[in-house]
This record gives sequence, C-alpha cells and structure tokens, in this order.
Amino acid sequence: MRKIGFLVAGVAALGLALAQSNVIKIATMSPLSGPQAALGEQIKLGAELAIEEAKPRFRQLGFELQLVPYDDQANPDVGVANANRMINDPDILGLVGTLNSGVAIPASEVLARVNLVMVSPANTNPVVTDRKLPNVNRIVGRDDVQGPAAAEFVYNDLKLRRVFVIHDKTAYGQGLAEEFRKRFEALGGRAVAFIGTEEQSNFVPIINQIRAQNPQLIYFGGIYSQIGPFTKQLRERGLRMPLMSGDGLDSSEFERLAGSQNAKGAYYTTVAGPVSAFPQAKALAERFKAKYGKDIEGFGIYAYDAARVILAALENAIKANGGKKPTRAQVAQEVRKVKLKGITGTIEFDDKGDIKKAKYFVMQVAGTGNWADNKLIKVIEVAAPQK
Amino acid sequence: MLEQILVLLPQVLFDGFILGFIYAMIALGYTMVYGVLELINFAHSEIFMIGAVAGVEVFRYLAPLIPNGYLLLAVAVVVGAAVAGLTAILVERMAYRPLRRRGTTNRLVPLVTAIGVSFFLQDLVRLIEGLWHNEFFLRMRTIEDLEGAFTLFGGAIFIQTKSVIVIVVSVLMLWGLTYLVNRTKLGMAIRAVAQDLSTASLMGINPDQIISRTFLIGGALGGVAGVLFALIYTTINPYVGFLPGIKAFTAAVLGGIGNIPGAMLGGLVLGQLENFFGTYLPILTAGNFGTEYKDVVAFLILIFILLFRPQGLLGQMVKEKV
Repeated sequence: MRKIGFLVAGVAALGLALAQSNVIKIATMSPLSGPQAALGEQIKLGAELAIEEAKPRFRQLGFELQLVPYDDQANPDVGVANANRMINDPDILGLVGTLNSGVAIPASEVLARVNLVMVSPANTNPVVTDRKLPNVNRIVGRDDVQGPAAAEFVYNDLKLRRVFVIHDKTAYGQGLAEEFRKRFEALGGRAVAFIGTEEQSNFVPIINQIRAQNPQLIYFGGIYSQIGPFTKQLRERGLRMPLMSGDGLDSSEFERLAGSQNAKGAYYTTVAGPVSAFPQAKALAERFKAKYGKDIEGFGIYAYDAARVILAALENAIKANGGKKPTRAQVAQEVRKVKLKGITGTIEFDDKGDIKKAKYFVMQVAGTGNWADNKLIKVIEVAAPQK
Repeated sequence: MLEQILVLLPQVLFDGFILGFIYAMIALGYTMVYGVLELINFAHSEIFMIGAVAGVEVFRYLAPLIPNGYLLLAVAVVVGAAVAGLTAILVERMAYRPLRRRGTTNRLVPLVTAIGVSFFLQDLVRLIEGLWHNEFFLRMRTIEDLEGAFTLFGGAIFIQTKSVIVIVVSVLMLWGLTYLVNRTKLGMAIRAVAQDLSTASLMGINPDQIISRTFLIGGALGGVAGVLFALIYTTINPYVGFLPGIKAFTAAVLGGIGNIPGAMLGGLVLGQLENFFGTYLPILTAGNFGTEYKDVVAFLILIFILLFRPQGLLGQMVKEKV
C-alpha cells in the first residue's frame, strides 16, 4: 500500500513538474555566510529586486520567474559544487554572480559545459573573460585597465608630469605599475623611476631615492599591507607629494597602517563605484530600502543591472524562439547581443564578455577613520583591452 | 650621476648606520650562542620578532597611561628585552638542553631543532595575535613625543628623533654588553665556557647556568633590537624576523662568528652595504637594476670578503679541536 502511495506521489510530482515547465529560474551565487556575507547579500538582493520587478512582464509571456540563491562562502570548492547543482536543474537559465574572481574562474568552467550563462557584477580579474568562454560576462571593469585609467587621471586631471613608480613584484602590482607607466609615457609624462620591491618593513632606501628625484607623484602598484607602512615612513620623513594606487589600497587597513593623517589625500582607482557615483540609482535605492529595510550598496546596484541583462536576453530569446522556453545556449548568445541602459551605465559586451566601456572610479582617502567617507573624485570610462 | 650620488651620500650613510646597529644587536645573539655552544640558533630571528611584538603591545596598552613618550619607550625596551630574553631561556631549556643531556654529537640535530623552534614560534605568535586582536599586521602606535625631525648641514641629512633614539639605545646596549663580557665575573665565565666547556666546568663553573644566561643576554639584546625595529619601521608581523635574522646571522659570520666586536662590525658593514646599494643601484645602473637587487650585491661583496678572510673580519683561525 505504501509503495503505491509513493508511486502516486511520484507521478503527481512528475505531473506537477511537467505542468510547471514554464518556470524559469535565475540563480545568484555569492557569499551569504562568513566575513564577506554583507557584500554577498547585496548581490542576492539586488538581483532579487530586478527579478521581482520583471515577474509581471514574464507572466504575460507565459513564464513564471524564480530566484535561486546559492551561498559560495567565498570558497572556490563550494562554488564548483554549487555550479554542479545548477547545471543539473534544467530550469536555471542564468546566473548572477559571483563576488570573488577566485570562485568565478573554476565555477564558470563547470557552467560552460552546458553553456549556462553568467553575468558577473563584481569579478575583476582579467582571467575571468580572457579564457573567452561563451557563457561568461561581466559588467564591471578589469584589474588591468586600472593602471591606464590612473595614468589618464594623473596626466589630464592632476596635470602632473614627473612620477615615481613602485611595485610589489606580484602579477597584480607589477602589472598595474607597468600599465600605468606605459600609458603615462604615451601621454607625454615621465616616469623618473620604476622600482620593484618585496620589502615589507624598511622602505628607507626607496624613500631616499624619492628624495633625490623629488617627483610630483608616487604611483605604487601593490597591496595596502605594503603601501601602508611605506606611506607612514614617507610622510614621517617629511615627503609630502601625492600618492596613488589601485584597488589594492582599497581597505581600511591602509588607513590603520599608515595612520589617518598620513593616509589622507591618497588617491586610488577602483572598479566598483559607490552609490553616490550613479545619479540614477536614487529611485532604485528607495525601492530597495522599502522592500528590504536596508541601504543598497555598490554591488547591489551592479547585481541589479546584471540581473536585468539576463532578463533582457531571456525576453529576446523567448521571442526568437516563438514564445517557447529557450535553451541555455540561446540565452548565452542573446546576452552577448544585449544593449541596455543600466543604472551603472550602458551595458554592451565585446566578444570576450567584457563590458565594452567600463567605468573606473578615482577615489581619495578622507582620513577620518571611516573608510566609507572617502571621496569620489572622478569617473573614467575606458574600453576593455582587445588582445 | 655623481652629483646625484653625492647629494644623497650623508643621508644614505646615516640611514645605513641605523640599519647596521639593529643588525649588530641581533648578530650578537647569534655569535654569543655560537661562542658557547657552537650552535647556530636559527630561532633567534623569532626572539627578535617576539621583542618587536612585545614593544607594539606595550605601546598599544600603556600609551594612555604613560604620558611621557621617552618613559613609555623605556618601559617598552625593558619589557621587550625581558619577554625576548625569557623566551630565549625557555627555548634553550625545552629544546636544546634535552638534546645536550642525551649527548647528541651530531651537529645537525640541534640545528634542525632550531629551525623547528623558529617555525613554532612564528605560528604561535600569529595564533596569539589572531585571537587577541585579530590582526596580522601590527602597527606601532604613534607617540607624538618621539615623532619630531630635524635637518643637518643645510638639509643634507634629514634626521628623525626616532633614528637618534635608535642609535643612542643601541650604542648603550653594545657598550653595556662589551663591559659585561670583559669586566664582570659572568663575562669571564661566559668566555671560559666559550673557550672550553668541559675544562670550565672543572674550574667550578656551572655550564648549564652560563649557557642559560648567555641565551638570556643574547635574547634580551634581540628583543631590544625588535622594539627599535618596530619603532622606526612602524609595521611588523609574525614573520618579520626572518630576513633581519638571516642578515644578522650573515653579519655575525662576516665579523667572525663567536667574536663579539666582530658581530658589531659585521652588522654595521652589512647595514651600510644594504642601504647603500638599495639606494644607489638604480642610479648606478641607469635603472636597469632596481632596489630589489640590493641583497644580491651586498651578499656578493660578502662572499668576496670571506674568500679572502674565511675566518671573518675579526675572527681568528682556530685549529680543529681534537
């Protein structure tokens, strides 16, 4: 009797599944637990808001939208396991995520097996799109364009001509510094020195060289753990020229290690802008606050736009498919064709999945002890490099 | 180019002295322990680091209580020396003495033990600091009294008050040690044990006690060096001891290992070489070799010196003991 009961239940479930085949699921993947959970939740909620708002439109097309949030715990292994679960749910047609490039790179390889499209609101590592996977896209800039963007800012806005370039000899820092120097010299400026150092504590020899050269600005491609003590020693030794770096400096730890007074005024570039950088985000911020009771932050806005990209591609794919549910490959193709006026700007992808014109944000450390006080100085739009 | 070099020279020499004094103080710990035990105590770089961490913690917690910066620094130096010295004694008791008791004749066994102790101490401090403050990079608190600066010779040398403090404290320490070793009974006993451990014990000296005190003195000097290092370079972490430790060890070898004035001289020479090439390499090679090659050049010169004086600058050729 119980066996028959199971059978009946099974058939009923199957029938339900068939009847619901008009369900389209969009997944999000971001850290929802652990130290980065606050950022990850923004990604989930931003995407959720976009999906909620699109539900009536899709109901008219005959489809029911659903959000499936996954927690990757900022851990690549968990991300890969999640990706395997996603590809086994045929209703999932798109993914908004992830927060960490380290998770996105292995997870996207799994998704690529079935051409499940992902649009990332946060991954900036060049490798994410340089593998040219047809299903991987991002709506933020790349780490390797920060250097040129900074060079443009120093040359055109600060109008400085003599810079002293330092890097930490890592792929990230040296790459940043080299790209900065290349563009700066192409513009007509001069890098009076280009110095790599792995030193963590004694920056005196470098500071003495800076004293001899007396440059107008110092560009340091590296991480806050090195730039912090460097800045402290530099300022203590009476050198006051401005300092600039990439998003390796974007941490309140920089201010702690350098001291607020010394950190104050340092410039850095970053790829994810603050809410204040987007004039059109105001209405969105109000809707977000009304629905979730908290403020939207940078990644929430990017996730909202990323979800809208997938939704627009879905609508186009459904139309192209004669009103029937599209395949994952069709959705992936349509994402590459999307042209959308998003909150963060115009979104269009090149053939690698990079956004055609990404925004880079020049920020300045306020030195108030609160990292969120840092001022937005300028927004620079740069095209992704074509290699 | 020559002009560029000359303009900076006084500054570079001055900064080289600061680094040199710090190396000299660490080098003494290596050389004294080698003198009595013929053991290269690689854990000494961690003793230095522990002194630095102790200094940072003293500044963190006592700065609001002690209004005078110099007094605070004095407390930090004493605490740093005490914590580092006691750790050194503990290491000797728990890691080296049991090996000696068992009569290990293989020189490699204590050496490998020292490397193991070194790893253990690094991660122990990392664990403690992680649980205590959840910090990996420890920043020395800025104290206004110690922050001043002035210039000499019409701006040719920029001098921080902190640098003067480092030099004064290290000179006092080095002078004190020289006095202790040459003019006191304890110093005589240390020298006796260094010369011949078994004969010294026949003369009524307790070698274990003297070895313990040698570790205490060497460790305390390393601890003071750590506090001064944290003061002048402002940021430390649990792995910060490794490079200064290796360089101080080199300085001890350069001066002639086991020789106390030699370790001081070696530290000063190495500090000067490193700072000189760190600053001038890019200028001398038109930017082809950057600051990162400073150690390569400094160590090339060391190899060259040791080729001609294998016993070190002040070391004496000793016949193999039979």
